[in-house]
Amino acid sequence: MADVSLKEVRKSYGKVEVIKGVDLDIEDGEFVVFVGPSGCGKSTLLRMIAGLEDITSGTLEIGGRIVNEVQPKDRGIAMVFQTYAIFPHMSVRENVGFGLTIAGVAKEEKERKVMEAARILQMEHLLDRRPSQLSGGQRQRVAIGRAIVRDPSVFLFDEPLSNLDAALRMDMRMEIGKLHKQLDATMVYVTHDQVEAMTLADKIVVLRDGIVQQIGAPMELYHNPANLFVAGFIGSPSMNFMDVDVVERSAEGVTVQAPALDPVTLPAAGRDYASMAKAKLGIRPQYLSVSKNGAAGALHGTVALVERLGTETVVNVELTRGGRIVAALSEDRPLDLGSQIALGFDPARAHLFEAT
Amino acid sequence: MATISRDNRGLRLAVRYLVLVLVALVFAFPLVFMIVSSLKPTAQLLSDTSSLRAFLPVGDISLSNYTAAFQRAPIGRFVLNSVFVTVVTVTASLFLCSLAAFSFTYLKWRGNGLLLSIALATLIVPFETIAIPLLLFVSRLPWLGLDGIEYGWLNTYRVQIIPWIADALTIFLFVQYFKDLPRELIEAARAEGASWWQIYRRVVMPLSGPVLATAAILKSLKMYNEQYLWPLIVVQDEAHRPIMVGLGYFFQLNVAWGEVMAYLSVITLPVLAFYLVLQRAFIASIASTGVKG
Repeated sequence: MADVSLKEVRKSYGKVEVIKGVDLDIEDGEFVVFVGPSGCGKSTLLRMIAGLEDITSGTLEIGGRIVNEVQPKDRGIAMVFQTYAIFPHMSVRENVGFGLTIAGVAKEEKERKVMEAARILQMEHLLDRRPSQLSGGQRQRVAIGRAIVRDPSVFLFDEPLSNLDAALRMDMRMEIGKLHKQLDATMVYVTHDQVEAMTLADKIVVLRDGIVQQIGAPMELYHNPANLFVAGFIGSPSMNFMDVDVVERSAEGVTVQAPALDPVTLPAAGRDYASMAKAKLGIRPQYLSVSKNGAAGALHGTVALVERLGTETVVNVELTRGGRIVAALSEDRPLDLGSQIALGFDPARAHLFEAT
Repeated sequence: MATISRDNRGLRLAVRYLVLVLVALVFAFPLVFMIVSSLKPTAQLLSDTSSLRAFLPVGDISLSNYTAAFQRAPIGRFVLNSVFVTVVTVTASLFLCSLAAFSFTYLKWRGNGLLLSIALATLIVPFETIAIPLLLFVSRLPWLGLDGIEYGWLNTYRVQIIPWIADALTIFLFVQYFKDLPRELIEAARAEGASWWQIYRRVVMPLSGPVLATAAILKSLKMYNEQYLWPLIVVQDEAHRPIMVGLGYFFQLNVAWGEVMAYLSVITLPVLAFYLVLQRAFIASIASTGVKG
């Protein structure tokens, strides 16, 4: 086990900088997830920790030791790839024991460790098979098994579940979570799937264009997003945004209004809204609820699209005074397309961001 | 309707087979002509060439050409020389060219791309243009033998082997194949602690069966069938002479065509055997590279 520390880490390919000064501390035993859209640099950052990509500048420490120039094999890491990367010409047993074979571990010791990993991942019966005889989920188990046997200080996962179907993804997600508790290991995990991020992480790092947008616990990011990007990225369906004018500041809070929205006062809650004249109001779809038609302060509109998911109904509403908004209403609601609807929200749960 | 379509299918199949048989015959004719002619006296052989009899074992048929050919030249020695030179060159070439390609593909070093370009550029240099400089070079090269250092490589096996080991086409085949191997496999092996040598030996080469077969076949055919000019100028003694140079023994004042055909039939046997054993790999490799033999 070890902690990982990145200080002002940068990465450039020629003149193009893809990682623009990342500072991050990962504590021993922590499960950290990197999320962000495609091309945000999350995989590159993980590969830099693995030693598969050079670090252009800054320092990377693993277990208190600077490892910028250290070969991957000497960093005490194990990596699980999206494509599994298990060796097709070797049996499962040989694949799982590959790192131990390379390290020259004695046969009995190797067999014991391979069996132990197979037991943890419930794949004892697969040990003599070839990768071509395995399903996607089983292959990923082999890849994880190969990582476990070497007892690494840090586990690195690069979108390990992206190639699996939805049901299997959920199973494997739970298994990885269980594994983390069982091994109590430091794990760094890259994904673009925010459900994986929210459910697995002790700490989430949101990246965009090689810059860290926010670091925090999943619920902290959900409830207190640092900026518009994090607010829009975390949560599904995405947060609704509305351009608003700041009309008044007082001890109670900030009053904003928009063409589609009557003046509403948001409790300041310690935030600094002093400099804003224009702002973006953010409301999570889950925090919108149906009000009585004609109710004051409500958002009025017509139902443009209804997605009934059983426990939840996602409604796309065309606002009467311009704009669109998405509401995720609890329970199944058979709304008619084109019908009138009024949506209300609790101002304390709304967010205000700087207009960009 | 059903009958018509069945008949149609039968007719189409028949036409297809007819075309295939004709094509097969076109390719088989030279081989058949060679073997049949090797059994005829030169006079009959020449008179038969004007008719279809050239492809038929008719008239005065005997193995006397073979007896005469074996008396005229040490054929067994020539075949052994060629097989030895081919096997050693191909083995060394597969090993060294795959190592070079591994380095070009996976290792980062300054000048990597430039050197690969230069290596590939040698493909367009005809051997004839470098034959004389190379001859001068090898004629003075030192070699540490059992009797100490000696100078000059002429009349040896090594002069027929070493200059042919490094080969741009073989390197190119390996580079192309390695580029298509999933990069994650290499990275996974690195993360698992494997050295570059271990990655080459335990991961990359075991997955390189198809390209090894392709490169081995192309190189073997080249070494066995096409080595003429170079051994002609660097090997003067009979003990190291390969088959193609041995052919010269039969082109004296009066060409004994029957013996020539007998000689050609004998030296073709190893190639045919090689082909039959590796037929499947051979076809797959030609199809996969798009390179014609």
